[in-house]
Amino acid sequence: MRIHVDAEKCQGHNRCYAIAPELFDVDDYGNAVVIGDGAVPAELEERARLALANCPEFAITITE
Amino acid sequence: MTTYNTPASIYGPVADWATDFDHGDPEYNRRAHEIWADLRGRCPVAHSDRYGGTWLPVTHEHVREIAYDTENFTSRAVVVSTVVPEDPAPIGGAPPITSDPPFHHDARRLVLPPFSPKKIAEWEPEVRRLCNDLLDRIESDVREGREVDAAVAYAQHIPVNVIARMLGFPLADDELFREFVHEILENINGEPDERMRAFERIDAYLMAQIDDHAANPRDDLTGYLMNVELGGEKLPKELVGGFILLLLVAGIDTTWSAIGSSLWHLATNASDRRRLVEDPSLMGTAIEEFLRVYAPVTMARLVAQDHDFHGCPMKKDEWVLLPFPAANLDPAEFEDADRVLIDRAENRHAAFGLGIHRCLGSNLARLELRVAVEEFLKRFPDFELARDEEGVVWSVGQIRGPRKLPVRVSSV
Repeated sequence: MRIHVDAEKCQGHNRCYAIAPELFDVDDYGNAVVIGDGAVPAELEERARLALANCPEFAITITE
Repeated sequence: MTTYNTPASIYGPVADWATDFDHGDPEYNRRAHEIWADLRGRCPVAHSDRYGGTWLPVTHEHVREIAYDTENFTSRAVVVSTVVPEDPAPIGGAPPITSDPPFHHDARRLVLPPFSPKKIAEWEPEVRRLCNDLLDRIESDVREGREVDAAVAYAQHIPVNVIARMLGFPLADDELFREFVHEILENINGEPDERMRAFERIDAYLMAQIDDHAANPRDDLTGYLMNVELGGEKLPKELVGGFILLLLVAGIDTTWSAIGSSLWHLATNASDRRRLVEDPSLMGTAIEEFLRVYAPVTMARLVAQDHDFHGCPMKKDEWVLLPFPAANLDPAEFEDADRVLIDRAENRHAAFGLGIHRCLGSNLARLELRVAVEEFLKRFPDFELARDEEGVVWSVGQIRGPRKLPVRVSSV
């Protein structure tokens, strides 16, 4: 599983960073970025799905 | 404690909420959930001739579409009232909330860094200390048998104190800042002349604070705005004042309302309160659920040009209310939308807006709301309304929350 953040859609709601700080970081403007290459360890897959499900801007996608 | 007098709507009683709604009628916020549900069922975009013509979409789909459409809707004025400010697009009177693209983007980039999650996290100990100072005072009132007003003695002080500190404004002026907020956001049916005089008074205060910072430079948000560059130049004084106006006004009764509504929920829902006391790990989802159900902020736009919106003939310069709280209660978007589920794991709410105008202070608001609820519950795990709903007074206008919230605390 791999996560992606669409920088055009992200408005800095900060939900993903609050839910899964192991997978998402925020820049100086508060916009989300994925950590590393976005690969999700098996034990964090549920939290990656929750981050996606809570993003108000539909900025997160997951590829398997 | 000042009690503000909010004038009744100049348009008189509401005949029908679908064709004559009025967010300046005290009934509107008191019965908001019921009114939005009714409108969602029979006319998802209501219209009223009041305030020069106002539209009210209530579905998530429509609210979202308008929030994203900066071509047909301008943010130049965002408070629906008897007075339309003259400040032209794309800057408006309080950037970046009153700004449109392309100016909006650069203006927003200036003020995002001090409100980023990591910068705001540094304020947590200060917020916690402030909450506990207030709770110490409340506790002594409780011991002396006095009634506690959780809005007046607690919620309203927290955001005003924090933003005054961030701006480097005198903390002793907190009552004045609440008066400014009342003038701008609640006194929407005031006489136009009286409203203009209030705006001038607020402007004069902000200019004096900027002058004081020029004479005594210090490391705070005001100093930051006075020195930061936009397009290679420092901001003119009026523009610094505009940014500060937003930070001061938008950060006060919004969060105070969210804290008050959350405490109202906990005062009226004993099982949720007990569950949260017993299992503080639910606090994260509980706060997001309170933000969904009791989202305090309805934004607004002006129609930028005549156009048809799903069959609604919108005319240039008509108002459009953007009730994010109504969008958050739309059953088409949320399962069990009308139920408060403090463990709701999937909660794509729009309490802080959608699109380019996402609330600049959302990280601060969340911090204040979470810490305020945590500390209140730690101190007073058992409380209920003191005089049922009769004692509760809800705000008037686009910001919804309890202004009076008398509670009875069972034990200290």
